[in-house]
Amino acid sequence: MTEISVRAGGAAGDGIASVGEVLSRSFSRLGLHVFGLNAYQSVIRGGHVWFQARAGREAVHSQGDRVDILYALNRETVDVHAAFLRKAACVVFDPEKFSVSPDDLPAGVVPVAVPTLELARKYTTQSILQNAAGLGATAFLAGIPLATLQKVLADSFGRKTGDVVDWNLGAAADGYAYAQSHASANDRAVGPAGPAKLLLAGNSAIALGAAAAGVKFLSQYPMTPASSIMHWMAAHSHTLGVVVKQAEDELAAINMAIGASYTGVRSMTATSGGGFALMVEALGMAGMTEVPLVVVESQRSGPSTGLPTKTEQGDLNMMLGAGQGEFPRAILAPSDALEAFQLTIKAFELAEAWQTPILVASDLHLSESFMTIDREAISFDVDIPSLFQVEPNGHDFKRYAYTDSGVSARSLPGQPGLQYVAGSDEHDEKGHLLSDVRAGIPVWVAERNRMMEKRMRKLEGLRAALDAPAIEGPADADLTLIAWGSTIGAARDALGLLASQGHAVNLLAVRSVYPIRPEAFVGPLGRAKRTLLIEANFSGQFGRLLRAETGIHLPDRLLKYDGEPFYPAEIAGRAVEVLSHGG
Amino acid sequence: MAGSSAQAPSVVGTPLPLVGKSDTKPTWCPGCGDYGVVAAVEMAVKRLKIPSHNVVIVSGIGCSSNLPHFLSSYGFHAIHGRALPVAEGIRWANHGLTVLATGGDGDGFGIGAGHFVHSMRRNVDLTYVTMDNQIYGLTTGQASPTSMMGQKTKSTPTGVIENPIDPVALALASGATYIARGFSGDVKQMADLIAGAIQHKGFAFVDAMSPCVTYNKINTFDWFRQRVYKLESAGHDPTDIRRAWEKALEWGDRIPTGLFYKIDRPTYEDLEEVLAAGPLALQPAGLRGKESLLDEFL
Repeated sequence: MTEISVRAGGAAGDGIASVGEVLSRSFSRLGLHVFGLNAYQSVIRGGHVWFQARAGREAVHSQGDRVDILYALNRETVDVHAAFLRKAACVVFDPEKFSVSPDDLPAGVVPVAVPTLELARKYTTQSILQNAAGLGATAFLAGIPLATLQKVLADSFGRKTGDVVDWNLGAAADGYAYAQSHASANDRAVGPAGPAKLLLAGNSAIALGAAAAGVKFLSQYPMTPASSIMHWMAAHSHTLGVVVKQAEDELAAINMAIGASYTGVRSMTATSGGGFALMVEALGMAGMTEVPLVVVESQRSGPSTGLPTKTEQGDLNMMLGAGQGEFPRAILAPSDALEAFQLTIKAFELAEAWQTPILVASDLHLSESFMTIDREAISFDVDIPSLFQVEPNGHDFKRYAYTDSGVSARSLPGQPGLQYVAGSDEHDEKGHLLSDVRAGIPVWVAERNRMMEKRMRKLEGLRAALDAPAIEGPADADLTLIAWGSTIGAARDALGLLASQGHAVNLLAVRSVYPIRPEAFVGPLGRAKRTLLIEANFSGQFGRLLRAETGIHLPDRLLKYDGEPFYPAEIAGRAVEVLSHGG
Repeated sequence: MAGSSAQAPSVVGTPLPLVGKSDTKPTWCPGCGDYGVVAAVEMAVKRLKIPSHNVVIVSGIGCSSNLPHFLSSYGFHAIHGRALPVAEGIRWANHGLTVLATGGDGDGFGIGAGHFVHSMRRNVDLTYVTMDNQIYGLTTGQASPTSMMGQKTKSTPTGVIENPIDPVALALASGATYIARGFSGDVKQMADLIAGAIQHKGFAFVDAMSPCVTYNKINTFDWFRQRVYKLESAGHDPTDIRRAWEKALEWGDRIPTGLFYKIDRPTYEDLEEVLAAGPLALQPAGLRGKESLLDEFL
């Protein structure tokens, strides 16, 4: 078959995330495209967590809509996920823990009882080993060769060897053999498809992109779902020569990054909405002092603490408006891991070129989901020009010299003869204050205008430097979907569903969210017969931006703010509704 | 620390100027204590012969935070309360630079108190000089974190009802490794303390009592002159932390100035292994040739 989805569920502490990662990596080793969704709660033990690993011979852009194999570590998993089980799906469970009868399941779903605890007891009394046996059985049903699973398991222990590794490999083999002799493989079982693909979470892709772009300083305060950017970078800090600073709060994190960038190293901070709210004043300082800065804002459900482990695209308004007064900024919103890598590099290049903060808008769904990338698609060939480019010119260095582009040459501390003061107060070309004894004096009032206009010219440069949105799918369509950031994934999958149902639907995929070029939207949307705006927020924040910038109103919407990611079928369903009822 | 120049271009044959006055004149009120502090900073940096291009002075917001504009070094006039994290970022990006952070008591002990505590426990190698006038000046006279109990201000017309922060004690508790108090009425002593602070390897804190002649009619130059005495004249041993605590708690009829405490401990920069390869700003960047990094994702 062309694709398969395996879901594992249990309580926090059961090791579900590891099970899901091992399954995802087994698929990616087989050369399959993978999307892995880790669904969890804001508890460390207990509750209900699950992971869906979807793998396909063709690209998969979301967790998909159905489950072919459910590995249930507790009874709750069966009850919660039964509705997602496709006909002919199988449910792997241990009868020693709970029972599942066919009556509990949708018609056609096959219960597969596997004595995972008993198989594990052959090696140890530690119950966690049951997962290896369960993985073995699940791998058989999914078409993953035992050797592939065992290699992934062994690799997950790193350089560790010994009993624990051997037990895991043994239990996996026993689970595999048990399933082989007691059940048939799922009808969607997959096989090898080509060379292994890279499998990484969105946040790893962001961190990797930052490293490729030459980041030397990352300061961050822990906040889900941005923390794993810091985790990856900290784990590689010494080999890559990147200083990673866990700051006392987000105020310090962004101010440290600004200080480091002012001094001549590429710098980044990352956070979620709550932390970004604290960074807002300093973001404006980066704009005012013209210091390059990359800020990753990985959104989660708000407002306030909201749903810390659930996704949303509800911070766009904040990102657009963050900071008192006006200064140039850009917002890039990658849709998958590869774009997360590429657009993070682009964010650094833009920040450096335009000397202003650039935001990378991620969200929990992108940051924490696992996605595959072809190894050849990743290039580390990034030009990182030296920042020591300005030559001394006596005592007349104008750090904020007026230029056509709005960008002025910057010197770095340590360069002789080029000293200046970077000021958060309004200033003249040399950086001298306009805020105290010059404020309100006509000649300096005019100077304020010139300096404001110089900075804001950079917004026009940024506008021209950003990519236009791309139309995906048929050029001649009856309906055009509009999505930005991580929502693009499920919308892409919905295009396939809709095409198979005979509907001509295409997608306007927006990754460069701000500043937008009106003509880039007026063309494709002017030609669209109908439109459907899809956003993971309550009010259609991108739709509002689009209307403000272009006058285009998108009346038909699919807005979601329940914290869950979009599912292709729900987008396809709404699309059919719009097509048939006119919205 | 006086560091070596870390820039790429060099100016052969040109004398590298030391820190002096910039072409911007201070705008403080006539008689303001901050004149003494900026003079002391200039004297200290000049005495240590650190060229102006290797000095960065970072400040927050407030009357005193305008200080970087008045000297010829690099400067960063940041937002309110955030001088220290900006200064830390500068140090870590290029630890060959001499970094000073300056600001007022509101900036450092009010809105920036969190950073004050954490940068001290890290023992970042920088010098922090607070121009402490026990009042908010630039916002025209509200109570500050160091205003004394009972002081009447615009925001406390019946008198302050909170205990003031004791910056010296807070610095001791937080792990600063050089802790001093100066007084604007004694520029020479202040310059000595700041020079010592810059030379000290680690977080050096100088609480510079810098009277506000406009909004604080209590803690005036005369008020201080009647109370200050020098620790070194009193035989204080700055290596003795118990004695340092005793002196830190002394505030009233007698106010000690000078060096309270000094200890050598590894700095954050010493312990951050990435910096062992040299200033971060001069280290190679990017991942060219490091393609094997991708193996972990296979």
